[in-house]
Amino acid sequence: MAIPKAFSRSLWVFHLNTGSCNGCEIEIVAAITPRYDPERLGVKLVGSPRHADVLLMTGPVTHMMADKVRRVYAQVPDPKVVICIGTCGQSGGVFYESYNLDGPIDQVVPVDIYVPGCPPRPEAIIYGVVRAIELLEQREGSA
Amino acid sequence: MSTPEAGKKAPYRIPIGPVHPALKEPVLFTFEIEGEVVKKVDFAPGNTHRGVEWMGMRRNPVQIVHLTDRICGICGIVHSLSFAQAVEQIAGIEVPPRAEYIRTILHELERIQSHLLWAGVAAHELGFDSLFYLSWRVRERSMDLIEEITGNRVNYGIIQIGGVRRNITEDQYPKVLEGLKYYSDLFGKMADLFLNDVTIAMRCQGHGLLTEKDARELCAVGPTARASGVTMDVRHDHPYCAYGDLDVTPILPQKPHGDIYDRVIVRLLEIKQSIGIIESCIDQMPQGEVLWENKLPKVLATCKKAQGEAIGRVEAPRGECMHYVRMDGNEAPATWKVKASSYSNLMSWIPMLLGEQIADIPIIVASIDPCMSCTDRVTLIREGRADTLSGESLTRMSREKTRRLQK
Repeated sequence: MAIPKAFSRSLWVFHLNTGSCNGCEIEIVAAITPRYDPERLGVKLVGSPRHADVLLMTGPVTHMMADKVRRVYAQVPDPKVVICIGTCGQSGGVFYESYNLDGPIDQVVPVDIYVPGCPPRPEAIIYGVVRAIELLEQREGSA
Repeated sequence: MSTPEAGKKAPYRIPIGPVHPALKEPVLFTFEIEGEVVKKVDFAPGNTHRGVEWMGMRRNPVQIVHLTDRICGICGIVHSLSFAQAVEQIAGIEVPPRAEYIRTILHELERIQSHLLWAGVAAHELGFDSLFYLSWRVRERSMDLIEEITGNRVNYGIIQIGGVRRNITEDQYPKVLEGLKYYSDLFGKMADLFLNDVTIAMRCQGHGLLTEKDARELCAVGPTARASGVTMDVRHDHPYCAYGDLDVTPILPQKPHGDIYDRVIVRLLEIKQSIGIIESCIDQMPQGEVLWENKLPKVLATCKKAQGEAIGRVEAPRGECMHYVRMDGNEAPATWKVKASSYSNLMSWIPMLLGEQIADIPIIVASIDPCMSCTDRVTLIREGRADTLSGESLTRMSREKTRRLQK
């Protein structure tokens, strides 16, 4: 897989929970800790969406969170890539029939990359982020 | 809100949240602050309300078990186990002894991974990131063991009404025992790092106090209550699964003060206790079936005929977790109520946080283990002006406090 300018700068990731069960959250944190350690490649979780290149979203978007999801999305500077982690963000998953969902995520904000799984393994999450690097480079090239 | 004339020390309000990316129950905190000191605390949960109970009342028990797995991704087995227990009581389903032991082993493995997860998060909240990475690195070993037994890392899906889906085979015993040995060898090092470290002692001793009286009055559960000196542990008080055959006593600090440090001690000692429990489970494991009935239609038919109500209680890593189920002869339960352990512990935040400094908020909020790291975005509203304090600046404030104390 060709990533021509992958290491030209670090990729910063903001993680937003839209009402998930925490399963994806711990796998995301597991993915940044020493066993997998993408931080050595500059992939880092940041505390503010304004610093981020990539938005990692988990959860089926509950009614109360929908507005916050839109606001956080608007705060991430362009060019940006949105990754949806986990099955419930893609289809609602086991929560599909709930009365309190505004999701799935792609009905609230545009999503570029889907990482399925309930929850996906850390390897899958890292693979999703690698695809995000490629997409980001294309967008930067065209911008 | 204060007026500009009231001066710097006048109370101002800090709302924290509700974007709490890693919290099980994202909460909007409102702190009234005077100078650096917390004067008043309020919180409003409800952001991740997914209507799980409502959905459950439209599904059959076999389907609900998978839904319960996803109430919380960290206490995966706790909810499915207590729900299964309640349904098994109503329908009169006998769980085979071997299945009870497998449930116990997984329950304790989950406790190990959850407490290590918490230890890492707590270290991170103190600004001690090397310890955070160490805790999470050693945690991966328990994830490997869970994956070896259940096939999944998170949301195990191993509990079934009437038993467990997968057996532990003889050739898996050595792998499990090897993993346990890894943890017992490591325990001394971890205890040394957490308990003999000056930084941790300075930041945790005497902070986030919860008295025994408050713990009882606010119905705190689990390690939070035990650190305050309340002797309670469902595994000891009302043994379920295989705990009746095992020697489990509630773990309390020698002299409970009810501060953050005591909560660290309790959780560390519980990791050691869990290692012992799994070892004796493997040692005493009975032979036989792991499921009451293999054929799902028969399980469903039995559940459909069942009438009555029951409560399933388990001791989750965070405290007592309870499921109330009432079945009235339909496919779906007539009532299903879940009381998770963090729910009981949330109110204890208020006495813990009063009189503490802003820099101590992250570790105190994390100290009851409300699932994961706390604050990600804080908006500071002072005299009508809003500044944004990110999680990073809170971590920075936390580190600055450590440095001040070290001087």
